[in-house]
Amino acid sequence: MLTLQCPYCGVMADETELSAGGEAHLKRFGPGSSDAEFETYMFMRENPKGVHFERWRHANGCGKWFHAARCTTTLEVFGTYSAQVSEPPQDIKDAITAKRPGWAWREFA
Amino acid sequence: MSEALSALNGAFHKGAVTVEDIGPQGMITLRGNLADETLMAAVKQATGADVPALRKITHAGPCSVAWMSPDELLILLPYGDVTAALDVLNAAMAGSHFLAVNVSDARALFRLTGKPAAVREVIAKLAPADLSADAFAPGDIRRSRMAQVAAAFWLPEEGVAQVVCFRSVAQYAFDVLATSAQAGPVGYFR
Repeated sequence: MLTLQCPYCGVMADETELSAGGEAHLKRFGPGSSDAEFETYMFMRENPKGVHFERWRHANGCGKWFHAARCTTTLEVFGTYSAQVSEPPQDIKDAITAKRPGWAWREFA
Repeated sequence: MSEALSALNGAFHKGAVTVEDIGPQGMITLRGNLADETLMAAVKQATGADVPALRKITHAGPCSVAWMSPDELLILLPYGDVTAALDVLNAAMAGSHFLAVNVSDARALFRLTGKPAAVREVIAKLAPADLSADAFAPGDIRRSRMAQVAAAFWLPEEGVAQVVCFRSVAQYAFDVLATSAQAGPVGYFR
């Protein structure tokens, strides 16, 4: 079972205490954007085998949204971090590099 | 005013661990910046208790203040004192960004009493939380789920646990607690 540490309340929350929020760090394209941009924002998602960044909510807990970096093949969790960022913090990137040298995910590496 | 009744009006399950609805309990949800000195002073003035640290609950006489999230507290106090306490909070924090709401009738509160290990087991069987004495002691509060519903629980003292949940799921929460208690101790905690 997936266990993530909520960065807001520090609880080691198991999957049943969380709700999944899909892919992290999406840039929203709304009114005024081109059809291609909106389609990409609305439908196109990464489907990586390996490093992935996701949004989660500590639904049966403090109720806060946060980010998690994990591996989709091994379910290894590299770390969780605040929701108030637009890219993974350096310490999370370093933790991933230590385990998966040469990783890349969208524009992040 | 009509007489206030708690969700299950004193429902009671007797066993090795007793589960009971403890009747009308005043509760206030307070949201705001918990590090703000105005808020700390207002909580102290209204309840006599300090603002709790992360995942803690503080007590002062009949009042308790529980940490619910980084910007939310649950204040427990006698049912009849809620309006006065809200007036104190609203006056003390006037002008700052906060929200204080009477949620007394929106929640249900249960008390479990029995042997310390048995009380821990009744909750541990229902929630994905570490209830061992090392990880969870009196003074801690844990928001989690009990079977299929959200709940928060804490130990006022060893051998006593209190569980708060939404009133709409009170019957379900009472039933799972009673079932868990009825099944008897498994002897996991010593």
